Amino acid sequence: MNKPIGRLFGLVVILFAILVGFTSRWTVFEAKSLRDNPLNRRVLLEELEIDRGTIFAHDGTVLAKSVKGPGKTWKRQYPQGPLFVQSVGWSFPAQGIPDTGTELFRRDALLGRSDSLSSAWVRIQGHQKVGNDVKTWFDQEAQRVALRDLAGRAGSVVALDPRTGAVRVMASVPDFNPTDLNTARKDPTSPLLNRATQAGYPPGSTFKVVTAVAAIDSGKYTAASTVDGKSPQTFSGVPLNNDDKVDYGPVDLTTALTFSINTAWANVASDLGRDTMGRYMRRFGFDAKPQLDYPDSQMVSSGARVKGSIVPPTDPNVDIARLGIGQDKLSVTPLQMAEVAAAVANRGVLMKPRIGDRIIDPDGRTIKRIGSEQQSRVMKPSTASIVTEMMKAVVKEGTGTAAALNGIEVAGKTGTAQIDPLQNITQPWFIAFAPADHPTIAIAVTVERSLGGFGGTVAAPIARDVLEVLLRNSVGG
Amino acid sequence: MSSRNRELLALLPASLLLAGGFAAVFIQNSEKLSTLSLSYAAIYLGLCLAGHVVVRITVPNADPYMFPVVAVLCSIGLVVIYRIDVDLARAQAQWFVVALIFFAATLVFLRDYRKLERYRYTIAAVSLGLLLLPRVPGIGQQANGAFLGVRLPGGMVFQPTEFAKIGIVIFLASYLRDTRQLLVQGGRTIAGITIPRIKHLGPLLLIWGAAMLMLIFIRDLGSSLMFFGGFLAVLYVATGKVSFPFVGLLLFAIGAWFLGTHVGHVHDRVDAWLNPFDPVLYNRPGGSYQLAQSVFAQADGGLLGKGLGASILGLPGGGTLVPAPQTDLIYSVITDELGLTGACGVLLCYLLFVARGFKAATVARDSFSTLLAVGLTAVFALQVFVIVGGVTRVIPLTGVTLPFISYGGSSLVANFVLLALLLLVSDRARRPA
Repeated sequence: MNKPIGRLFGLVVILFAILVGFTSRWTVFEAKSLRDNPLNRRVLLEELEIDRGTIFAHDGTVLAKSVKGPGKTWKRQYPQGPLFVQSVGWSFPAQGIPDTGTELFRRDALLGRSDSLSSAWVRIQGHQKVGNDVKTWFDQEAQRVALRDLAGRAGSVVALDPRTGAVRVMASVPDFNPTDLNTARKDPTSPLLNRATQAGYPPGSTFKVVTAVAAIDSGKYTAASTVDGKSPQTFSGVPLNNDDKVDYGPVDLTTALTFSINTAWANVASDLGRDTMGRYMRRFGFDAKPQLDYPDSQMVSSGARVKGSIVPPTDPNVDIARLGIGQDKLSVTPLQMAEVAAAVANRGVLMKPRIGDRIIDPDGRTIKRIGSEQQSRVMKPSTASIVTEMMKAVVKEGTGTAAALNGIEVAGKTGTAQIDPLQNITQPWFIAFAPADHPTIAIAVTVERSLGGFGGTVAAPIARDVLEVLLRNSVGG
Repeated sequence: MSSRNRELLALLPASLLLAGGFAAVFIQNSEKLSTLSLSYAAIYLGLCLAGHVVVRITVPNADPYMFPVVAVLCSIGLVVIYRIDVDLARAQAQWFVVALIFFAATLVFLRDYRKLERYRYTIAAVSLGLLLLPRVPGIGQQANGAFLGVRLPGGMVFQPTEFAKIGIVIFLASYLRDTRQLLVQGGRTIAGITIPRIKHLGPLLLIWGAAMLMLIFIRDLGSSLMFFGGFLAVLYVATGKVSFPFVGLLLFAIGAWFLGTHVGHVHDRVDAWLNPFDPVLYNRPGGSYQLAQSVFAQADGGLLGKGLGASILGLPGGGTLVPAPQTDLIYSVITDELGLTGACGVLLCYLLFVARGFKAATVARDSFSTLLAVGLTAVFALQVFVIVGGVTRVIPLTGVTLPFISYGGSSLVANFVLLALLLLVSDRARRPA
């Protein structure tokens, strides 16, 4: 009877081999797809057990921290309430809410996950349950001033260090306390929207800085070149007026910027042509998503928007003369306009904007400096100097005098886009940098649906207050 | 080195495994190492040594590997159950002592196990009675649609199938020892297939019918497969004819197919097996949730596992994520924490046990002993296959225990009795003439 027993054992070996095969299938070969299965809540549960790292403002103020939740889990708290709600974002995985903002972009660091091979040993030792901290460049004091000055009016303030791209202020109103997320979600004023990166506004005359850079850097104009500033003039078959229909006659470029003369800049843009305007816009970062360390889904591109999508100025639907003065189909984010100011401020070099400064491990060691990186050379240093002089004139004697600071020279440009001319509703803008000769801060301010407000009267004073705080808190290049 | 000294030495790794396992769980739970793990290991070693002494006295010539392998499996079980629930581990440790007592009693009182043959019909009747017990109104207990447990006074649950499997194997070994020649020689050969006479085939058809009835009554595909497979294994070894188990398997498959498509509960199990990630089945009570969680747990384990005590079993609010982790899904928990490597280790232990069981069968000097060892080993191997195959989605998941590892007194006691019987067979076979 021994032969059948031998065969029987052979059968058992085969059966057990099948068991090993199937165990391998689940543990190794199909492990990834099983972990990604929507019914599998283990990835989420693991995440809940990780003491997610703290997010700091640059002065060490805690913007987001983890506190003990039920069982072995942790949950998120935002001690500053609404202060940086859209830019820091939120993380409430237990409620099934997707992460946003910096919480999402720095998720792997905050959860202590690393994709480098050197962490293989960490994986063998067991899973790390404490995440890393993220220190941002945010200045909480300046952010408070920005929100105070916006005073509940919908709008946004973005301030960057032009030398490094460090984002010091990123304010968006309306805001809300992250604990009220579910109420805010249903709010028709869209407080969840980060207006700094997600709202497309008409830039008004602030865009003339882009046209001025294109004019001078292309070599076709100097600051002293004379252009026709009489009013009205006809562009694309439609008459265009200056503000208050003032006829300036022939003017040089500096004067044209100081008094924001529409017809003069419309002539410049028409003369430069679609290709040149398009080339400089792209160098400034238009027509593409900002290169900010922030979730792609929470950023929009700036540029001429036709039927919901961004088109280059070469598109036949674009009226190039009106684009040159910030009208027509232009739709820009406050971040993009801050980058325009920053590129001029940094002698023509645009740095990639960045929120994060460094990643710090639970023992307090800096494990990664996020570092600054050049995005593009927009213009020659000489062009930057010329445009800076022109922008200084705006604040000294032109439309932006309200932004003047005691003892510190500011270079800027106002804008007032017409939203509803019949009801006199406008979108005031101000972009600036200071100190004008050695800039450490570039800023963009805008307010939605102002009743008859101008860039110089509504936006410039906000910029002045925020600049004042940031120049005092300057962190050095 | 003598067999018994080899056995004695082999018990040390089992105790060390227990010490290491408890130490790992302690570190995971409280971040500190405690000498308690050494105390537990010492107690465990003491209990194993007591068992060893009984073996040394009663069956000095028995196989030296089986008892240590069982000690290893039990130590894995105790550690993993402790990791799941401290109170359950304490109960399991008590059951381990009870099981050792039954083990010793079997070795002492059934030294001449061949006298069991005299009571074969009584044993068969009692076994069948045990199987039907869970259907008796008032004491029977239904779990996930299957009738496998009996509620005893005091809230304890007794699983009669665990004992019935031994009884039925004893009956089969005894019956087939008598009739095996007749089955082969008494029949006519048509087209190369031997067809035995109805007179001899009758009782076997009866067993097939019983297996089918079990499917209907107990409604458990896994247990039926285990019993019927054990029967076919004994039948095959007894007759040496492949045609018997082949036809038997065919009949079982037909029956299983019929029940799978016509009995709601069995049908649900098959559905869950085929589509465990179907959201409707996943959310249905008694649906595929358990199987899906079993596979998700294994996926988390990977090659090396997350470490003892480090896997996720519950929800933060206190609910359970993995259902029945200490019984049905204990293999998934082991895979989660010890990885594919640990799971293969466990399966190798079982394979070693099975190999030694079959070895005892081959060296036995009489047919009854051979058939008894084959039957017990085959039923044991099938039980492992049915539950591990169930949680790894090889076959539909059913609720049998993982021998020596799963939480449960009935299972532990019955399997220790099974071990004692195999050691008795082995001792008689290896006794110097």
